[in-house]
Amino acid sequence: MADAVAKPPRVTRRRTGGPARRLPYLLIAPTGLLMLGFIAYPMLSVLYYSLRNYNVTKPWRNGYAGFGNFTRILTDDPQFWDTLVFSGKWVVTEVLLQLLLGLALALLVHQTFLGRGLARALVFSPWAVSGVLTTTIWMLLYNPSTGISRYLADAGIGTYGTSVLSDTGTVFWAAVVAELWRGVPFFAILILADLQSIPQDLYEAASVDGAGRARRFFHITLPHLKDAIILSTLLRGVWEFNNVDLLYTLTGGGPAGQTTTLPLYVANTGINGHDFGYASALTTVAFVILLFCSILYLRLSKFGGETK
Amino acid sequence: MTAALAEQGTRPAPAAAPPPTARGKRRRGLDQGVPRWQIYLPLCLYLLFTLVPFYWMLLFALRPAGSNALVPWPITGEHFQKVWNERSFGIFFQNSMIVGVASLVMTTAVALAGGYALARFDFRLKKGFMLALLASQFIPGALMLVPLFEIFKNLQMINSLGSVVIAETVFQLPLSIILISGFIKNVPVSLEEQAWVDGCGRFRAFCAVVLPLLRPGLIAVGSFAFVHSWNHFLFALMFLSSQDKQTIPVGLNTLIGADSVDLGALAAGGVIAAVPVVIVFAFIQKWLITGFSAGAVKG
Repeated sequence: MADAVAKPPRVTRRRTGGPARRLPYLLIAPTGLLMLGFIAYPMLSVLYYSLRNYNVTKPWRNGYAGFGNFTRILTDDPQFWDTLVFSGKWVVTEVLLQLLLGLALALLVHQTFLGRGLARALVFSPWAVSGVLTTTIWMLLYNPSTGISRYLADAGIGTYGTSVLSDTGTVFWAAVVAELWRGVPFFAILILADLQSIPQDLYEAASVDGAGRARRFFHITLPHLKDAIILSTLLRGVWEFNNVDLLYTLTGGGPAGQTTTLPLYVANTGINGHDFGYASALTTVAFVILLFCSILYLRLSKFGGETK
Repeated sequence: MTAALAEQGTRPAPAAAPPPTARGKRRRGLDQGVPRWQIYLPLCLYLLFTLVPFYWMLLFALRPAGSNALVPWPITGEHFQKVWNERSFGIFFQNSMIVGVASLVMTTAVALAGGYALARFDFRLKKGFMLALLASQFIPGALMLVPLFEIFKNLQMINSLGSVVIAETVFQLPLSIILISGFIKNVPVSLEEQAWVDGCGRFRAFCAVVLPLLRPGLIAVGSFAFVHSWNHFLFALMFLSSQDKQTIPVGLNTLIGADSVDLGALAAGGVIAAVPVVIVFAFIQKWLITGFSAGAVKG
């Protein structure tokens, strides 16, 4: 079969005008239309609204606002800075921990051992679980009267009646752990996929030359994974910044605004507060910050620099 | 001659290298000399972290209300009955299914066309299209809620499942297209050309030759789409206002937000939400890793 395919003379069909030239545009048309209508147009309306006073509950004040919304964000909104700081703390903590644990997990299940298939299926399973379902599960675990802490207290560890979700000192880490639970498998899957493309000969040659496990890891594995790590940390960082499912349902941004990220603040301002103009300005600022950080990250990490 | 010498140079002691007959050993590579306990001990710890939360949910869903036992015995179906009938999880389940399957079909079909264009043609807008796809990854869905809400209101699609299907599809398209075009690039062009020579049109050649080879990739992409829209919460929460239109994550959220949380019902609802994705996950698990390595990482 493979022979029959490889042998016959190749007929190179030229893209010579006519329908063949229009075909690629026809093929991307549905995507293009959907993206224009539901990504590009909304983006532009965000920009438009951000220059306006647009509050559903105070229609008499609606109209052109110039850069009023933006000056208010930057000079007169302490909550914006609080949520920005929390967003940064959240993204950095999550991505760093997910990377370290995900890398460790991928290296672990890359080994050959008895029951590897089952182990992979089990450790990756939280990947399929949603934000709200993650919340559901961890709410049950964190519940002060019937959760884990109660059984630990029965065994003499800790105290009764502690709710990690209502204590400002613990709520951050409680949310971090819940998010790690479903975030680590994603990293592990991506890294494992790339681990499998490393030629085994490299390791064999290295061990023949007397390189120990640590040296093989730092000189073969890590450089090979570099681009995958940069790309997945970037995507994950953007995703952790944007994602509101878990925090919205687990803590609702509380207690006392301790866990409100910038997107959560936007959702509260726009949908619940009906202040679409101000929410749109916040969105614009968030987008600019995100874009700036991403470009800076790609520059600093020299993505793809060494292989090209 | 020199090549042979050079090869010998990199392997000064052929006797010390693993014997070429031990194929099993060759495949292991990384784990040469890793003691078993260094695998099983961390693995068990991590499994504990992964599985205890799942077990906890099952425990609450299956044991009778008021029980504190750590083993769900006797098993009761009361919580399931309650959420399915009284909390209308039956309807939520149906709505989630419709949203999940519809976005699966739409995402896969649209992404297949776009992915084929990217993999097989050079056209003037190609660079711009690729750039748009990548850039859209940075656009936060949550931050687009306000204008999207306005759009669907103008289209009179608020409180219809169609709005959620469209929104889910749009936000999954970019990644799906990139993945699918990666898969298509892996299918040799010569296979298609062969079919053209045999008199097939482009479309027939594609269906007969390329599509069967794409099956694992399409299953992976379709499953991501299904799982993602099954799980996603915000669009459904914002665009669907009446209870008979809502999806499972929204239903779960109402249980979480209730004044006195019925933990048994919450856990049973969680199990109902988990079952379809667990089935899909078990189904695609073996393709998951190859899917990512073929499509996403190599781009």
